[in-house]
Amino acid sequence: MDFVVFILASAMVIAGALGVVLRPNPVHAALSLVLTLFGVAVHFVALGAHFLAAVQVIVYAGAIVVLFLFVIMLLGVDKAEDLSIEPFPIQRPLAAVVGAGVSGLLVAAIVGAKDTIPEGTPLGADGDQNIRALARNLFSDHVFAFEFTSVLLIVAVAGTVLLTRKEKKGSA
Amino acid sequence: MQAVVLAAVVPTTTYYLVLSAALFGIGATGLLVRRNPLIMFMCIELMLNAVNVTFVALAVRFGNIDGQTAVFFVLVVAAAEVVVGLGIIISILRRRPGATADDLAELKG
Repeated sequence: MDFVVFILASAMVIAGALGVVLRPNPVHAALSLVLTLFGVAVHFVALGAHFLAAVQVIVYAGAIVVLFLFVIMLLGVDKAEDLSIEPFPIQRPLAAVVGAGVSGLLVAAIVGAKDTIPEGTPLGADGDQNIRALARNLFSDHVFAFEFTSVLLIVAVAGTVLLTRKEKKGSA
Repeated sequence: MQAVVLAAVVPTTTYYLVLSAALFGIGATGLLVRRNPLIMFMCIELMLNAVNVTFVALAVRFGNIDGQTAVFFVLVVAAAEVVVGLGIIISILRRRPGATADDLAELKG
C-alpha cells in the first residue's frame, strides 16, 4: 500500500514538474506547479510529517501559487509563449545535459551511499506526536531563528510595497 | 498477484532521495530553458521542493526532527523570496511589457 501511494504521488510530482517546464502558457504552468506541490504534500503525509504537509498545502498551494496567478492576471501576461523560438541554438541541448547530469550525479551518489546511511530510530508516525516534537524543537533550539523570520517577513513586505509603488509626479 | 507484490514493497529513503534528485534536475533544466521570468521563478520553487523532500526523508530516517524544522524555515524564506521576486518582476514588466530574461541583460532601466 505504501508503495502504491509512493508511485502515485511521485507520478503527480514528476508530471507537474514537467508541466511547469513544458507548458507554454504561464497559467497552465502555475496550475501544474499546484499538482507538484500536492504530490509533495502526499509524500510528507506518507513520511509522517503531518504538520509540514498541511503547511505545504496552505502556504505553497494556497498562498504562493495564488500570488503567481495574481501577478499573471495583473500583468496580463497569460498569453502562450512561442516555445519554438530558440535565441541560442545550443541552449536547450546544453540545459538538458546539465539537468540530466545533475540528476544523474545525485542518483549515483545516493545509490552509492545507500548502505552507509546509519539507521536511526524512526520518528513517530502519529500526527499529534509529530506536531508536538516539531513545536518543542522550534520553540527551544531554534527560537531565535523563528523570531528572526518575522523580521524577514516584515522586511520583505515593506520592501515589496516600496518596489511596486507607483511614483507620484512631482515627488522626487 | 502483481498487486500483492507491489503492496509488499516498502519505499525506503533511497526512493525519496532519487525522486527529489529527479525533481531538482527538472527544475534546473526548466530554469535554464525557459525565458519567461515568472516560469523561471516557478522552476526555482520546484528545486526548493526537491530539497524539502530530501530534508523530510532524511529527518524521518535519522529520527531527528531538526530536518523538519529546516523545511519550515525553507517555506518561510521561500514565501518571502516569492514576494520580493514578484515585486521586482511587476516593476520590470510594468515598464516594458512582455520582457523576457534575455531582454533584462543590463541593469539600465
